[in-house]
Amino acid sequence: MSKAASTEEGAALSWQSSQRRVVTVYLPMICFVVILLFPFYWMTVTTFKPNAELYDYKNYSPFWVVNPTLANIKKLLFETSYPHWLFNTMLIAVCATALSLVASVLAAYAIQRLRFKGSAYVGLAIYIAYLVPPSILFIPLASMVFQLGLFDSPFALILTYPTFLIPFCTWLLIGYFKSIPYELEECALIDGATRLQILRQITLPLAVPGLISAGIFSFTLSWNEFIYALAFISSSENKTVPVAILTELVQGDVYQWGALMAGSLLGSLPVAIFYSFFVDYYVSSLTGAVKE
Amino acid sequence: MSVSATEPATPWRRPQVTQGWLARLFDSKAFLVVACLTPALGLLLVFLTYPLGLGIWLAFTDTHIGRGGSFIGFENFESLWYDRVFWGAVFYTVFYTAVATVLKFALGLWLALLLNENLPFKSLLRAVILLPWIVPTVLSAIAFWWMFDAQFSIISYVLVDKLGLMDHYIDFLGTPWAARWSLVFANVWRGIPFVAISLLAGLQTISPSLYEAALLDGASSWQRFTRITAPLLMPILAVVLTFSVLFTFTDFQLVYAITRGGPINSTHLMATLAFQRGIPGGQLGEGAAIAVSMIPFLILATLFSYFALARRKWQQGEDNE
Repeated sequence: MSKAASTEEGAALSWQSSQRRVVTVYLPMICFVVILLFPFYWMTVTTFKPNAELYDYKNYSPFWVVNPTLANIKKLLFETSYPHWLFNTMLIAVCATALSLVASVLAAYAIQRLRFKGSAYVGLAIYIAYLVPPSILFIPLASMVFQLGLFDSPFALILTYPTFLIPFCTWLLIGYFKSIPYELEECALIDGATRLQILRQITLPLAVPGLISAGIFSFTLSWNEFIYALAFISSSENKTVPVAILTELVQGDVYQWGALMAGSLLGSLPVAIFYSFFVDYYVSSLTGAVKE
Repeated sequence: MSVSATEPATPWRRPQVTQGWLARLFDSKAFLVVACLTPALGLLLVFLTYPLGLGIWLAFTDTHIGRGGSFIGFENFESLWYDRVFWGAVFYTVFYTAVATVLKFALGLWLALLLNENLPFKSLLRAVILLPWIVPTVLSAIAFWWMFDAQFSIISYVLVDKLGLMDHYIDFLGTPWAARWSLVFANVWRGIPFVAISLLAGLQTISPSLYEAALLDGASSWQRFTRITAPLLMPILAVVLTFSVLFTFTDFQLVYAITRGGPINSTHLMATLAFQRGIPGGQLGEGAAIAVSMIPFLILATLFSYFALARRKWQQGEDNE
């Protein structure tokens, strides 16, 4: 182009590049967000729809609720044992998380800080344990649970969830312990602290972010667990939320979509709220665990 | 004053902390190592290693629920060899894993690159994107089930009534191939956030000065991606890929929640088939045999995804960590 037009050309280029940015960055981003969030929106909308609107796309736009109703939620809370399932899930998740946290803090401390012979191999073994999927283990575990007399009791789940929680937490905590300077512990040793005092008063307080990450992750994983809960629990009142919604609310060929969606929404909310408080920890533990 | 003067003066002694036997025990390193490792390793040995061995043993027996079995050699595997449902499950498991993994990584990498741009509301976006991964799979699967409904599917509604792209509603879960693709779609939907956020972490460790240097040398954006981003992302990609392949291959929840293996057993994964035969069917031995036949695939997939990518790192002369 001519020299006189060079400034204009520059402006055109920058305009063009901002246009381009809209097409290459913002537009795909919006598509991703809409697709990733749509099922949740759909879940919420369906929960508050009365049956008349639910099955009538001609007269009502399916994307909106004209006469929102709480009937589905009311039905779920008062006509099914949903509160009970919620309590079971909470109890099992909290107990399994506490058990795994204690076990993994000790194991991670031993592997990373006590540096005994073969600690690297123990670390590797725990890493490999994480690669063993529950789908392979549930059948032998079911027969063990039977023999131990734990079938249909929350203890069956509290004791088996740590099999996938401990490897993950230990792995995460080893990374956190690694980031704490060893000199701090040496100072404490010189000052005459015992190993237990060091763990309690120096290492653990410094590893609190790691503990929170491991804790919330374990809690979420236990809350989401499905296959063990499906295989080891049979009576209705002992079920966890994910299993109960699928097996207790689906009766016959007529699906109660309103109640099903209400159950899914209410079952997701506790984790989602929990998540919103600790977003940064989730992201850091997800990425931290992968980087290690 | 006077009272203290009359007392016999005790010579000053260094204050000694008397350590009980318990404290001394906890200071011995060997004991401490054992004590620290016992809870974790004990739980893992009893509830992971032992069941793994027990599972392999059960695969060679004819155990039923509530009745101990006896050793029958390879009979379970022989009957599976001639079982068309089993081979259908093997085929669909491989198909499901391969297609879903490729899509998850292509789209996840794209999303990670988008998130790495300077966007407004960066942290909010990241939080929102991780949501599908946080919510229990079964519960989001139920939402998909409703979205895939034959009569009231919102996807069909948009395609037919709003956009007019098709003239009939899709029967998502009624025909084998439609059901297979619908499940892959749901799996990809759930897997993208994990891939994207982990790869984003990898992207953020790449120093911007590398890109500046490449820009000065006149590299195009495609060259920058293939010569800088891709090789530096490879180590983290290998780890994420290994996990993704492993968990997709052994997936259970999504298929069990949406189709339970139907229509006509076309969407059975090996895990759902093992469950169906083992727990409601009561044939623990046969179920265990199906579960055990996943192990060779898993080892292969893990070794492949790990070494195929790890070797590239080695070829580039970087030292292994």
